[in-house]
Amino acid sequence: MDLRIDEKQAGERVSPATLVSGGAAPAEDGALYEARKQIYPQSVTGTFRRIKWIILAVTLGIYYLLPFVRWDRGPGAPNQAVLVDLEHNRFYFFFIEIWPQEVYYITGLMILAALGLFLMNALAGRVWCGYLCPQTVWTDLFLAIERLAEGDRRERMRKDAGPWNVQRVAEKIVKHSLWLAIAWWTGGAWVLYFNDAPTLVRQLATFHAPAIAYIWIGILTGTTYILAGFMREQVCLYMCPWPRIQAALTDENALNVTYRYDRGEPRMSVKKAKAARTLGGPAGDCVDCGQCVAVCPTGVDIRGGLNMGCIQCGLCIDACDNVMRKIGRPERLIAYDTDVNIQRRLAGLENVFKPVRVRTVLYTVLIVGIFALMAGKMFTRADASLAVIHDRNPLFVTLSTGEIRNGYTVRFANMAPKSRHFVLKVEGLPGSRFEVIGEDKNTSGREDLDIGPDQTRETRLLVFSGTAKPQGNSTPLRFVVTDETGKTVATAKDFFRAP
Amino acid sequence: MANASDPRVDARTGTPTTGHEWDGIAELNTPLPRWWLWTFYITIVWSIAYWIVYPAWPGIAGWTHGMFGWNSRTAVVQDLQELKTMRAAGEAKLSAAKLEDIEKNPELLSIARAQGAAAFANNCAPCHGAGAQGAVGYPNLNDDEWLWGGKLADIQTTLQHGIRWDADKDTRSGAMPAFGKDGTLKADEIKNVAQYVRSLSGLPNEGGADLAKGKKVFADNCAACHGDDGKGNQELGAPNLTDKIWLYGSTTAAIENRVTVGGGGQMPAWGDRLDPTTIKALTVYVHSLGGGK
Repeated sequence: MDLRIDEKQAGERVSPATLVSGGAAPAEDGALYEARKQIYPQSVTGTFRRIKWIILAVTLGIYYLLPFVRWDRGPGAPNQAVLVDLEHNRFYFFFIEIWPQEVYYITGLMILAALGLFLMNALAGRVWCGYLCPQTVWTDLFLAIERLAEGDRRERMRKDAGPWNVQRVAEKIVKHSLWLAIAWWTGGAWVLYFNDAPTLVRQLATFHAPAIAYIWIGILTGTTYILAGFMREQVCLYMCPWPRIQAALTDENALNVTYRYDRGEPRMSVKKAKAARTLGGPAGDCVDCGQCVAVCPTGVDIRGGLNMGCIQCGLCIDACDNVMRKIGRPERLIAYDTDVNIQRRLAGLENVFKPVRVRTVLYTVLIVGIFALMAGKMFTRADASLAVIHDRNPLFVTLSTGEIRNGYTVRFANMAPKSRHFVLKVEGLPGSRFEVIGEDKNTSGREDLDIGPDQTRETRLLVFSGTAKPQGNSTPLRFVVTDETGKTVATAKDFFRAP
Repeated sequence: MANASDPRVDARTGTPTTGHEWDGIAELNTPLPRWWLWTFYITIVWSIAYWIVYPAWPGIAGWTHGMFGWNSRTAVVQDLQELKTMRAAGEAKLSAAKLEDIEKNPELLSIARAQGAAAFANNCAPCHGAGAQGAVGYPNLNDDEWLWGGKLADIQTTLQHGIRWDADKDTRSGAMPAFGKDGTLKADEIKNVAQYVRSLSGLPNEGGADLAKGKKVFADNCAACHGDDGKGNQELGAPNLTDKIWLYGSTTAAIENRVTVGGGGQMPAWGDRLDPTTIKALTVYVHSLGGGK
């Protein structure tokens, strides 16, 4: 659909609802599939471009360099700051060491990430898509290389339309080589998170790395090269669910990259606008130069209003500002704004910005709350843990003397990096006694356990009713583990079953 | 290009329709990208390639074998072989260790219990139950009464040679005669002796039987195996009748039935089915369930 509004319609105001998405060009009549329209985003300078360069440098810098950061954990433990040690079932993050049973910290991080996305969206639209998403960041980097090798928008369009020649072939070779090098290094950095980085780099350089490392580097080289080099906006338009989800999360008060049609319409040339203004007639600031579309990485016309194809990277704001400065009109014809404000301005009212709304407050409270909960749990967590599983079948055993006995599987973990001595007791049924299979039978009512550094021990424990007469068929028991100093380091609850 | 006056274009959105219409609701044509279509075609080609490379189609007397002769059976065999290699170190330690020392060593104990639990689930659970809780006629292996002995060596012998398993000449044997069926004892004698047996573990006399007569019947017929005091004999697999554990139940009917039909359960000899290390692991596992003797 033609988005231009000609002179005849000049008096009418266009509301975004009547405009279709500009993401994909309309198909020919009846065609069920459409060929991809190559997008040649033009380079641009300005505030948002600068922000995007900084974010690109910081995020990619972290990604590529973090595996090389060292963190001393003492002898016997890996000294890599961030390491997913699949072989030993540990995740290290600076001072944090997570065991598999503590996977809920990861779950918590996922929930925080989701809420963070919701909050971003309620405040300023698709901040994630426009600035932080790996797809956006890598595509941005690949586009920069493309410009370096083949030139800017117009040059690339001209070359692609023209015949092949030596220069063009050379440029393509340079471009694809650089792309592949970056893609390869992206996969290379990925595997470094799963193994000691310096060792693995040495192994890779001498071709002695495990096969799985090469396979993963290969996979990520392929995905990076294809997704950032070729698929680009197609990922956002057709593969990613987030654009669809965020459409349900935004509201009329959320800031979004918006074309201020109250100021821009009716569109006309600089000369005509000047004439119209002197006559006191309506004249919009938009000169229909098409710069906002030319710089768009997803080929959207932002003047069509909020739409799914727009990742809200803000580059059209920069492009439009540059034009506005040249023609001597105020900047931010395209800006972070809301449709509510457009309607208010049209009605002659003041702008309102409401960052504090029920949903933003709720998201913030949830984020702070969950973070506090996780941090609290993290810093008070014990360096030992105890898990008790009652035998399922049989629940209890009657012994020849008529005494009742329950069996338990006890799993004990010493999560400290040193060998320790623990004492295990079972409380809750006075008169009872317990035995640990493999340990000497004793009557002291306690069991001494020595457990090596960073190790678990699973054993079988039997509780005998002894002289106790359990009331009812289920009596609560408490399993208590104390360390050398007598401090309780882990407890577990279970039950003593009786007929 | 789409035109607002074209009837095949939706007036509100300006999007062409596919021409499909149901009760005035037209389907908008929002075309998929062509690469998506190609991806779909590639998956079709992929599936055809899959038929050729892997075994896929059934036939009358066989199936298509694929290009490399891969099949899931050899894959499983290979996996099992790999598992064996993986376990070899633990297996070697277990095989070298003395039976009595395994429980004292946490590492060996955990290897033996893991391997024993798996072997138990595969071989023993059908009769003894998943938790070795037993059933009527199948002993509970968690408790402290052992028909044939609860020491490690006793359990290993039972596993190795079975119980009343005629194919193994070293099997545990000893059967209770069918006192009622073969006419050795009369009905009232059975009634008396059953109540006498119940009295040994403090159960009440049901049906007003003569316990003195029952005691005499016991001394004449049962004491040879179960002992004068009724405490049983593990050499013969004769259970202790004075405790709270009853393999076939403690009701009058259950005891009278045992005296009438006699006999005893069977257990296969596992020595020729399982390798010595697995038997060792099973021995330790069963012993650790209730601490054995």
